[in-house]
Amino acid sequence: MFASFMTNAWISGTIVALLAGAVGFFVVLRGASFAAHAIPNGAFAGAAGAYLVGISPLVGLVSFAVLAALGIGVSSRRTRNDVATALSLVAMLALGAAFLAVNLLYEPTINALLFGEILGVSSSQILPVIVLGVVSVIVLAWFYRPLLFTSVAPELARARGIATTTVDVAFLVVVALATALTVPVVGALLTFSLMIGPPAAARILVSRPGWAVAGSIGLSVVTVWASIAASYLFNLPIGFFVGALGAVLYLGARVVARRRATHPAT
Amino acid sequence: MSVHDTTGPLLEARGVNVSVDGRDILRDVNFSINHGEFTGLIGSNGAGKTTLFRVILGIQEHAVGEVLVHGEPLARANRSLGYVPQKVLFDPDLPIRARDLVALGADGHRYGLRRRPRALHEAVEEMLDAVDASAFADRRVGGLSGGEQQRVLIAHSLISRPELLLLDEPLANLDPGSVQEIIALLHRVSKRQRVAILLSAHEMNPLLPVMDRIVYVANGHVASGTTDEVVRPNVLSALYGHHVDVLRVHGRVLVVATALPVGPPPSDEHPEFVVE
Repeated sequence: MFASFMTNAWISGTIVALLAGAVGFFVVLRGASFAAHAIPNGAFAGAAGAYLVGISPLVGLVSFAVLAALGIGVSSRRTRNDVATALSLVAMLALGAAFLAVNLLYEPTINALLFGEILGVSSSQILPVIVLGVVSVIVLAWFYRPLLFTSVAPELARARGIATTTVDVAFLVVVALATALTVPVVGALLTFSLMIGPPAAARILVSRPGWAVAGSIGLSVVTVWASIAASYLFNLPIGFFVGALGAVLYLGARVVARRRATHPAT
Repeated sequence: MSVHDTTGPLLEARGVNVSVDGRDILRDVNFSINHGEFTGLIGSNGAGKTTLFRVILGIQEHAVGEVLVHGEPLARANRSLGYVPQKVLFDPDLPIRARDLVALGADGHRYGLRRRPRALHEAVEEMLDAVDASAFADRRVGGLSGGEQQRVLIAHSLISRPELLLLDEPLANLDPGSVQEIIALLHRVSKRQRVAILLSAHEMNPLLPVMDRIVYVANGHVASGTTDEVVRPNVLSALYGHHVDVLRVHGRVLVVATALPVGPPPSDEHPEFVVE
């Protein structure tokens, strides 16, 4: 599994894991899981559209994911956030269905888009993945504190003069970038499990915000590495292992937290 | 400390009117708040107390009139103001300890990922100590009791050294013991740090020992002054639009309607602002 044709899988998988762990921490903190589910579906439509017109799928992934994010961010100012998110989700899915219908894609390509493919990132895409990943992490680090503040107590942040709507939309764009990078590896349907499982487990185990981010990233990397290895060994989609491991991590964290509560640390 | 002169009033509301969807919520509201004073904003639920806070914070739309801080028109998110909203819900799983929330009050608005200076950690310790929260500083805010959360929120708002601290119904949903503790704590902090306090409540009695001034809201109108000036039958009757009596029993004040109101009942019901 460490053969040269697997190199891209390990590199892109690791970048995706680092990013999803960090972005996912805030997704969970803000209760934005639904948006993290909707945006990959937008990205999926974008990839399908990119195949249709014959451009790089990454271009389609990024542009449609960002469009979905802006759609959710802007329309949720007017209406309720979950309604706006749901509408963006179904509009994108419908578009994706239409693109697939007029496309003559092989079934494995569609499967890979939906459920992930460890060889989903080609050599020509590895550099854009690295660049976008680094940019996303820098943006996230730059507005870490206002983002944390608005996630924890939006009304306090607003009173303190933080432009919370701007932070909201900027964050959704970062989610979109992270999504666009994650979909080719983990698949559109299960990308959000990588953004939810490890962060949800980390925040139960660790009570300091900075360490919880680190824990989330760590668990995410372990999840992706284990999933790549298992996917290679058992020839099952990587998305399956990411989703299953995420759920196991969360349940495990709950059990550990309950043990701690009943048997205080000695 | 403040570079502004402290001779004039700290905050002045002049002819403030607020109407939402064509309904008048506040009409011709005038009052002032002085440096270091403890002011109670008293009124029943839905009287417009939260709306008045939003006017002061500069986030209420459809407001007429002006609010002056240091004699100058209010800028949004004025650094002289600290604010503790009515309801702050914290998920028990939130990985934020009491001390993290207090620190966010100091640098939560700063961009960039710099290390927190030692002075900030010291200021956090000092603030936690000032509100008697050191014992639970390392526990998650979501797991604290209502009174404990209230203390942490007060520390969070005070760490940026505001000159006026606005507290929206901080005593609601607290047991009587915690109510006394929070009032004593606010009184102590306001004297020690010379910060003025505007605290809203629907019950004035717990505040009587510490209140320097009162702003009484009813029926969309406001009367302000010292407690003795405002809590009188003639003043409150004019405010409510029907006759009320003020009874003093064992150091407590009771405002009671003496007779059935003549004319339409006071329209003091309107939805309180809900933080989205």
